[in-house]
Amino acid sequence: MSSPRTISFEIFRYDPQDPNDKPKMVTYEITEAPGMTVFIALNLLREQQDPSLQFDFVCRAGICGSCAMVINGKPTLACRTLTANFPDGKIKLMPLPGFELIGDLSVNTGKFMRELAERLQLWLQPDANDIDIHRLETPMDPAEAAKLYELERCVECGVCVSACATKQMKDTFVGAVGMMKIARFEMDSRDTRSAEDFYHVIGNQDGVFGCMTLLGCQDACPKDLPHMQQIAYLRRKMAQTIVSC
Amino acid sequence: MKIIYTDSLVVGAGLAGLRVAIASKERGLDTVVLSLIPAKRSHSAAAQGGMQASLGNTVKGMGDDEDVHFQDTVKGSDWGCDQDVARMFAHCAPKAVRELANWGVPWSRITAGDRQVVVNAEKVTITEAEKAHGLINARDFGGTKKWRTCYTADGTGHSLLYAVDNKAIEMDIPVHERIEALSLIHDGKRCHGVIARCLVTGELRAYIGKATTIATGGYGRIYEVSTNAIICEGVGQALALDTGVATLGNMEAVQFHPTAIVPVGILTTEGCRGDGGLLRDKDGHRFMPDYEPEKKELASRDVVSRRMTEHMRKGKGVDSPYGPHLWLDITLLGRKHVETNLREVKEICENFLGIDPAKDWIPVRPTQHYSMGGIRTNATGESPQLAGLFSVGEAACWDMHGFNRLGGNSLAETVVGGMIIGKYVADFCEKNTLEINTGEIETSMTKMQQEIDELLVGKGTENVFDIKLAMQRIMMSYVGIFRNGPELEKAVTELKDLLKRSKNIGLKCKKRHANPELVEALRVPRMLRVALTVACGANARTESRGAHAREDYPQRNDKEWLNRTLSTWPDENALEPELSYEQLDVMKMELPPGYRGYGNDNAVAHPDTATREAQIAGILAELGDDADRFEKQAAIMPFDLPETLRPRNERLSDTIAVSGEK
Repeated sequence: MSSPRTISFEIFRYDPQDPNDKPKMVTYEITEAPGMTVFIALNLLREQQDPSLQFDFVCRAGICGSCAMVINGKPTLACRTLTANFPDGKIKLMPLPGFELIGDLSVNTGKFMRELAERLQLWLQPDANDIDIHRLETPMDPAEAAKLYELERCVECGVCVSACATKQMKDTFVGAVGMMKIARFEMDSRDTRSAEDFYHVIGNQDGVFGCMTLLGCQDACPKDLPHMQQIAYLRRKMAQTIVSC
Repeated sequence: MKIIYTDSLVVGAGLAGLRVAIASKERGLDTVVLSLIPAKRSHSAAAQGGMQASLGNTVKGMGDDEDVHFQDTVKGSDWGCDQDVARMFAHCAPKAVRELANWGVPWSRITAGDRQVVVNAEKVTITEAEKAHGLINARDFGGTKKWRTCYTADGTGHSLLYAVDNKAIEMDIPVHERIEALSLIHDGKRCHGVIARCLVTGELRAYIGKATTIATGGYGRIYEVSTNAIICEGVGQALALDTGVATLGNMEAVQFHPTAIVPVGILTTEGCRGDGGLLRDKDGHRFMPDYEPEKKELASRDVVSRRMTEHMRKGKGVDSPYGPHLWLDITLLGRKHVETNLREVKEICENFLGIDPAKDWIPVRPTQHYSMGGIRTNATGESPQLAGLFSVGEAACWDMHGFNRLGGNSLAETVVGGMIIGKYVADFCEKNTLEINTGEIETSMTKMQQEIDELLVGKGTENVFDIKLAMQRIMMSYVGIFRNGPELEKAVTELKDLLKRSKNIGLKCKKRHANPELVEALRVPRMLRVALTVACGANARTESRGAHAREDYPQRNDKEWLNRTLSTWPDENALEPELSYEQLDVMKMELPPGYRGYGNDNAVAHPDTATREAQIAGILAELGDDADRFEKQAAIMPFDLPETLRPRNERLSDTIAVSGEK
């Protein structure tokens, strides 16, 4: 095996709580190891070079959605990005745009997602009369259950929000994550909300009719969720609502 | 001094913590949840394969009920569990699954008619009943008699966590994110809340509650390689330990999962083997039937992990730059199955290994995975020493897992334990008043402030990252799958030395707010104390039980060791915990100790076992032939539950029997 290469990380640094600090890019160098991910590299940088470096990881397995950042211009999950994917050994890291900056590469996606869930009421609203936990459950079509799981694989990483041109221009736009979740509950036979109910929430410029269909969301989604299909589905549903009124 | 008051304070926003918060809010109590991270990022999301509940809908689960689930759980625990708790759990698991369906979990459902499955490396056709169509499905898992593990593909934890957090959002339960609880406020008898630090601003706050529930997960990250999320560092256990009063139970009981990928240690679910996947060695040989002819790949995790290690020690491992490993082969399940039911596994293989598991074998090795030990509680989830301190989920030693947890029983414990203990927490809050002693709060706050000041302005010279890595390597090398006296002694000695050194940590980054180095410096001494309870407990326990396997004491010794290890840390300047033991009473057990049905059959019997077996036979004879299973169970080992959880669980077999249909 050839000797390991040195890779360079150009990292956005800024501490918004320090009145004397200004945003800047700082370059660090590190010796690459086999199988190295951006997760491994950032931790080594923190441990060996700069313990003040802020970033967020939790599962480090592409499951929890904590670590989205912009890597060489593309928003994605850092934990499963291999340094070997960058032949020139130069990696530029920026925090995810569209979210409150906590510091360096750490952004507040949690606050954003909670507010979105409250605003769009992103929880199942079943018929309370059906519910008795001691008795046999209500049957559900197996194909429907499988389909709901596919749509539910969203990890709220925020990549679709940062990859969305509409969202960058219009702060109140619900983004692909919001529409994906609405579509998930709309399709769920257990949910009692009607298409009209959802129309009130996303049948406007902040929702399905604001989307410019650039589909950065679908291109960048680390879970390969079918954003285009779901947004189109919701548009048809919402359009039908207007026609039927 | 910032003080925040509530009724029910919950530390940890994973499934267990959120479920307790929901139970509190349902009763009209004010509730606040503290979390290091956004709730939906919690480690609960990483549970892949499913949760056990004896619904018995699938044909391979027919005949399943609470009794069978209870027995599997007790055997899995190697008789180390609290049987009352295992009963409470098995009874409520079906309720939790059904409740979660109402909260939005898209459980995988049964399709009536024929379907092909893989059992023991052969394709078999099973036929699901017409009446079962659309009911909740289950897959096979290790150490279970029936197919009992309910699932949503292999993202079950994700689906559950999202449904439960959505429910919490609907109920307007506040989750204070990026807040780390660092010490408990208590008076030696009652717990009053926590001192916590905001990870963004650095602010210290006192959170005061009638009840404080610790639901912070396990302590896997005291090991260098673990399947656990990086936040599972045992700080919750340290909260209790550092009171000097509350006890931790069975800290040496640490589970190693057979199939984490090499080298990064990310989990591939037990569902891989449950669905028919095989373990192979460097020759491609399927070796598990050689060791475990009965259960093969689906013996309990402790047994499979040990057999794999044994096999690698015989030179049958595949050599790699990261040491030997074995293969997990799921290619025989077919691409469609892999891409639907095991798609998270597929994604992990693609991203971290660059392989396609539908055609390539997966390199795996047993890896630290689960903490059976934790904050010791009684059956209501409350600390026996500190009133108002509750713990639930992996953080706790409620003790349904004893010395080995079955796959599918941890996700189940979070929501089932949360459901049950949540009600007891609410009871406690209704019966007790908020006790506020501002002097006491100030003392706790000042102490925490001093600890931080010392780190920021002190003259310490030790590097916190070096100490942490040294601890993790000691745990890997000497407190692993197989243990022995000399190595455990070495672990204890070296950990004590590290604990001494940790009193002299110096920081390069002096910021009081958002400071990752300070966060580490606050955690590492706490982790070391927790690691010492694990190493000392393991060193003292001179037997092998469940996941605690001593090479120098290979027998399970019910005569001398049918007990639970309790650790406390009464002297904060001490370098090791104090150990004591809580006996398990055979005369109260529903299932007296016996052979598990897999693994070595070498136990030293407890003198009471034969007596209790005779007594149970007598009780059953007295009941007569027409007694049903509920009457029998109640006569042998009555157990208690909150009233609303007591009703019996309806099953498909009940309705089929009534209508006379097949």
